[in-house]
Amino acid sequence: MTALLQSRKFRNTALQAGYLGFFLFLLIAAIVIGKHNLESQGITMGFAFLERATGFDVGFSLIEFGPYDTFGKMIVVGLLNTMFLGILGIALANIIGLIIALFRISNNGILNAIGTLYIETFRNIPLILQAFFWYAVLTHLPHPKQAVNILDSIYFSARGLYFPGLNVTGGAASLFFLALAIGLIIMIWFSIARRFNKIPKTTKSRIRMSIFGIAFLIGCIALVIGRIPETPLVSVPVLKGFNIREGIRISPELGALGIAMGIYGGAFLAEIMRAGFLSVGKGQVEAARSLGLSPWYVFSRVHLPLAFRAVLPTLINQYVWLFKATTLGIVVGFTDFFMVISVSINQAGQTLELIGILMLGFLVMNNTISFVLNRVNKAIALKGTQLRT
Amino acid sequence: MTDQIAVFIPPHSNIAQRLRKRFFSSAMNSVITIIVGLFLAWAVWNVFNWAILNAVWASPDGTSKVCHGIEGACWAVIDVRWRLIIFGLFPFEEQWRSTFACIVIVMVAIMSCVPFFWKPMRLGPLWVVGFAIFYTLMAGGVFGLSYVGPADWGGLTLTVFVYAAGVLIGMPTAIALALLRRSELPVIAKTTGAIIDAVRSLPLVSILFTAALILPFVLPGFLVGDKIWRVIIGFALFFAAYQAEIIRSGIQALPSGQEEAAKALGLTYWQRINRIILPQAFRNALPPTINQFVITFKETSLIVIIGFFEVLASGNAAFGSGEWSHAWVEVYCFVAMIYFVFVFSLSRYGAYLERHLRVGQH
Repeated sequence: MTALLQSRKFRNTALQAGYLGFFLFLLIAAIVIGKHNLESQGITMGFAFLERATGFDVGFSLIEFGPYDTFGKMIVVGLLNTMFLGILGIALANIIGLIIALFRISNNGILNAIGTLYIETFRNIPLILQAFFWYAVLTHLPHPKQAVNILDSIYFSARGLYFPGLNVTGGAASLFFLALAIGLIIMIWFSIARRFNKIPKTTKSRIRMSIFGIAFLIGCIALVIGRIPETPLVSVPVLKGFNIREGIRISPELGALGIAMGIYGGAFLAEIMRAGFLSVGKGQVEAARSLGLSPWYVFSRVHLPLAFRAVLPTLINQYVWLFKATTLGIVVGFTDFFMVISVSINQAGQTLELIGILMLGFLVMNNTISFVLNRVNKAIALKGTQLRT
Repeated sequence: MTDQIAVFIPPHSNIAQRLRKRFFSSAMNSVITIIVGLFLAWAVWNVFNWAILNAVWASPDGTSKVCHGIEGACWAVIDVRWRLIIFGLFPFEEQWRSTFACIVIVMVAIMSCVPFFWKPMRLGPLWVVGFAIFYTLMAGGVFGLSYVGPADWGGLTLTVFVYAAGVLIGMPTAIALALLRRSELPVIAKTTGAIIDAVRSLPLVSILFTAALILPFVLPGFLVGDKIWRVIIGFALFFAAYQAEIIRSGIQALPSGQEEAAKALGLTYWQRINRIILPQAFRNALPPTINQFVITFKETSLIVIIGFFEVLASGNAAFGSGEWSHAWVEVYCFVAMIYFVFVFSLSRYGAYLERHLRVGQH
């Protein structure tokens, strides 16, 4: 017995088995107790509830949703909303971040000062406070009758922001953007995958253009099919009675979260991008200038790509982190994935299953983002022992 | 010939030249400076007008009448409601306890910024004692203080409490997780890695939500405890998962010779960890650690989602009742200022540390 205990191999195996067993025990115990507690409340475990009708409506949805649709469909709606908000917020944050980063590296003192002021202000205030603030701002806008009106086609009111748009169903519009996104992904893959390296440059750019053209065409066909019949092609918001009709409405909930994520995330992204711009060797920019390239070419073909490559790993982390911030939807009542789950827990009572779906959903989404971007990073990273000065 | 080559020495630049270089180096630059400068001056003037010149600072009768028809800010709402924002629903006569408790924690935080305390045997007891004083003052029940349960805590004090408790529990957990992830036994390393990665890829909101509302279902009755403690443990777990990765990166940055030399000297595992690895790892990881403290402080505001009355929720309540409902901008500005003071000073301290630590590094 003592010989067995003294054997290092045995001790190691026992230790590992005990460690793993401890966590498995915790997990199983939690499930057993949870099942028991829920059954004593008359709730049976299982995923049958996903087929039941919810009996209520959600505030914002990209696809058709009504009170008679199922919990399963509501969760899908929440997932789509989260992705929509995530893409919107990250896109806004990128735009703001790039502008502020350029302010910070410019040689003009006033632009520097504005950039610093912006970053120090918005980075140091919690996102949730900013979401509350922008929601209050948007809901304190004037009523539709006195809405702020730009050129009779854009209205800002307490009911939401109204922009001109096309008269198509939400599904068709999503399909359009999906087609564009897939086309773009194939294009990027085609440009950076090593197996296409042998194709000559001119053919390559021609193929790239045709890929984009096909994607655009498919998207347009989706738009034409999804057109709402007997309406004009373009719908411009108009004031009718006490409300604004037609056009695309951005609800205060979505608007507040988008603005808050853009402003808060922009402050963080700006600092990362600034570090990227500063990391580009002075000689490379000067070389590009001395070749006679115009300032725009120097920026878009040399400075920006090199800076982007230097900070992509940091950017990936920041995107994943911003994506998780969409869960703040619940504070202003935006029906994102998290809010849909918590509403379902209240309504259906299937606590454990729903929490499982929530965790699985975020694991899959975040790991997909970081997987895809890490592949991009790997493809464009410096290879071998190239000097980076 | 060489001695005849004139070396161009830039003239000593004075302020005028420096200003010129920063603001008017070219025609384009001058135009930007003037246009943006004018816009900035206009914006600053308007904000100054609103916040200072036309503002109402106090309400003598405690009602919102003083704010009717004014053009500036109505800071009177802060004058009337500041106790609600800072202390939440803590009993009025006992609020001095809340004040002292906050001061104690802030003092402890400031003291731990002094290098004298940067030893586990000094930092640990400092925080444990500070936290014990905080808790005794807040909860009472001894020394003739009346008992006030955590359910009645609120406002800034609750934010500070959740933050301090979360970090205090989270830090040892983070060290343990980091060491376990580096373990030579593959199953232990992999399991810990999976747990850390899973926690890191979940949003904090969902973890807090699970801790507050789901855990009571899956825990045996005697382990359920108070909601605030479950939330603090969830919060600490989230902090620990991030901090563990920071510590691990600090350990990985160490040259492997350090640990090998310690092994060759015959030091035991704990001696190596305590004397060689962790002190150097913490020094490597200090800037990201401070950054994590900053992020964590901002994230305490998320507990408002699961129904705690922390400073953001008490701010919402301060203008929520009809009378002051017009003063939401002022209240949000005040709460934002509170966060800003904490977060900004912490991040400045981090930047200062980073500059000074770099000097001694070789």
